Amino acid sequence: MDLIIGHYNYWLVIIIMMAGFYTVISRGNLVKKIAGLNIFQVSVFMLYISIGNVKDGAVPIIEKGVTLYSNPLPHVLILTAIVVGVATTALGLALVVRIKEAYGTIEEDEIHNQDHSL
Amino acid sequence: MIESHLSLLIVALPLLAAPIVAVLPNGRMPWAFSTLVSWAVFAMACLQLINVSTGNVISYELGGWAPPWGIEYRIDAANALVALIVAGIAAVTLPYALKSVEKEIPQQQHSLFYAAFMLCFTGLLGITLTGDIFNLFVFLEISSLSSYALISLGKQRQALTAAYQYLIMGTIGATFFIIGVGLLYAMTGTLNMVDLAQRLPELYEHRTIQTAFAFIMVGFALKLALFPLHLWLPNAYTYAPTVVTVFLAATATKVAVYVMLRVVFSVFGFTFIEDTPTDELFIILCIAGILMMSFYAIYQHDAKRLLAYSSVAQIGYMMIGIGLGSALGITATLVHLFNHALMKGALFMAIGAIVYQIGSSRIEDFSGLGKKMPWTFAAIVVGGLSLIGVPGTAGFISKWYLILAAIEQQHWLIVVVILLGSLLAVIYVWKLVEALYFKPATESSKTVSVQEAPLMLLIPTWLLVLANVYFGFNTELTVGTAETAIQLLLPGTNK
Amino acid sequence: MKHNLILKVVSKFLIPLIFLFALYVQFHGDFGPGGGFQAGVIFSAGIILYALVFGVDSAKKVIPLHILRVLASLGVLIYAGTGVASLLLGGNYLEYGVLASTQLAGQHIGIIVIELGVGITVMAVMLIMFFAFAERGRPIEDVEDKEGSQ
Repeated sequence: MDLIIGHYNYWLVIIIMMAGFYTVISRGNLVKKIAGLNIFQVSVFMLYISIGNVKDGAVPIIEKGVTLYSNPLPHVLILTAIVVGVATTALGLALVVRIKEAYGTIEEDEIHNQDHSL
Repeated sequence: MIESHLSLLIVALPLLAAPIVAVLPNGRMPWAFSTLVSWAVFAMACLQLINVSTGNVISYELGGWAPPWGIEYRIDAANALVALIVAGIAAVTLPYALKSVEKEIPQQQHSLFYAAFMLCFTGLLGITLTGDIFNLFVFLEISSLSSYALISLGKQRQALTAAYQYLIMGTIGATFFIIGVGLLYAMTGTLNMVDLAQRLPELYEHRTIQTAFAFIMVGFALKLALFPLHLWLPNAYTYAPTVVTVFLAATATKVAVYVMLRVVFSVFGFTFIEDTPTDELFIILCIAGILMMSFYAIYQHDAKRLLAYSSVAQIGYMMIGIGLGSALGITATLVHLFNHALMKGALFMAIGAIVYQIGSSRIEDFSGLGKKMPWTFAAIVVGGLSLIGVPGTAGFISKWYLILAAIEQQHWLIVVVILLGSLLAVIYVWKLVEALYFKPATESSKTVSVQEAPLMLLIPTWLLVLANVYFGFNTELTVGTAETAIQLLLPGTNK
Repeated sequence: MKHNLILKVVSKFLIPLIFLFALYVQFHGDFGPGGGFQAGVIFSAGIILYALVFGVDSAKKVIPLHILRVLASLGVLIYAGTGVASLLLGGNYLEYGVLASTQLAGQHIGIIVIELGVGITVMAVMLIMFFAFAERGRPIEDVEDKEGSQ
């Protein structure tokens, strides 16, 4: 029982990760793929933030009378990863807009058919 | 002063150049500025390789914070060699870019194109020089994001889907990598590679470490296009603008191979890998990859796609060296990494010169061009010979070391596969040569008035072709440096 | 866009507050939670709100695209330039301690300047992305009217 409840955040990470990954693989719609990719990346953010938590630790801002702080390093790392995620999403969506303009569709199989019927 | 900050300036100079290039007016200014920067970086990379060629290690503390707390740039013979080839290819590609980019990219995008190119260059150099595994991820994303943008600038609309496909697969790879890094950090509390290497051995049996290893391996296998995770590569190389194809084919996957080498040998240690089925898995995938991708290459109708499939096969040769895990194997990997950058750079440049003249990379459009473009044709022949591994070219040296490594461990299957792969390479290189020289010129409007490519394209091509021949005879730089690197990667082996 | 009086009044009231909060997050980032990333995004959110309510074209008059492009580059240059400054003052790259006479003051100056660079770039890049997407396809303000006729 402790394995499930005690580590609930890691279970959530795994569920979200697989949901996102499955969306990327299974969906043919290019925008949905990007959404799946985002969900997949969010699970990693959760993983890092879970790692940074110290039991009974306070928010890592120096204050009088507090001796135990949570680890701020994973937060900083994930701030970088979030920015990378924003850039990836923006670039991905920009490509989808261009693909829509060039092909008139954002469904993967229709794009595939157009490329191979030429 | 420059001497002591050399390792950092190599990364910081193109990083500084990128925003400057982005605001320069369109025209030749962005090109001239990036070319100068790439030459300066190349000179610094040469100096740096000389500094570490004796086997010493340079450590640079970013921001003055001592490792393992701060980010450390750690340069030894292995990554100095990789940085040299990345900087060298950039220094040769940029002069080539002027004509090619003017033809393939709309004028108003030039300064942004060169800015993205500089960012990609920064990212690749950063990956090679950093000693911090999270910093490596950041540089990986800098180089990947800019290369997605560069690929999407190709003229055909398939460039967009190719870039999209690469974006999805590349991001999955990079995300797998940070999952692995996160798990490593959770177990060890450090991100510094040297520190990780010290703390990992006592945790070898731990399942989290094994999971982390699996995530990192799969993530980077995606990035370096190890068969069967190569699906993004052929389209990306085929539809990208020529300059981008030349640069990425010669550097991006090589840098990923280097990271694999670094993670396997410097961070985890080969004893860990031997306990897992990873090394056997690498060898099996590489054998399958070399044979299947070489077959695929033979049946391609597009010269760029043919070379792209050949690249996937060649990555197999590099990864076999890692799978073997011996001193000779790593030598073969490092040397082939260097030589393959030279030969694929030369071949893609020569094909690019033809594309510049006739506007197509389909092999059927090439007929009879060999006589009209003799210098380009000769470059393809020499580059092709190097790809096959004919003695007297760079390709021979790396295959020779790989075969020696296989014989040393009595892996006869690998020896057979390497020879078979070379035979298949003969067939697909012959396909190009036959179309260019032995097929009569078709009287289509495309090829009637074709002349030799301009000098601005020929000189960089021939520089790389001559490098192929030079490193086929003089192996002091490649093999010598690789042997110095082995002392650091595989401590305990005496040469 | 004609009968959005409430939106216009409320956003005129909100936008200055958003900017003020962005500046607070920006310059308080050295000792408290905050910093360039967050401040840049908040600042750009203010301008995006303006663009959504008053139209993209009038937002572009406030900050034209070519200025944004210069700003995006400028931020990176401030960041990388601080590194070069610390090199010239005899420290390692990005070693803030050498920027002033004492270690603490140097760290302080360093992080403020760096975060300023980050803030400018993030603000500019978010807006460039917004404008790039808003420019493509139908103009935002006509969505309601056209959907009926399609």
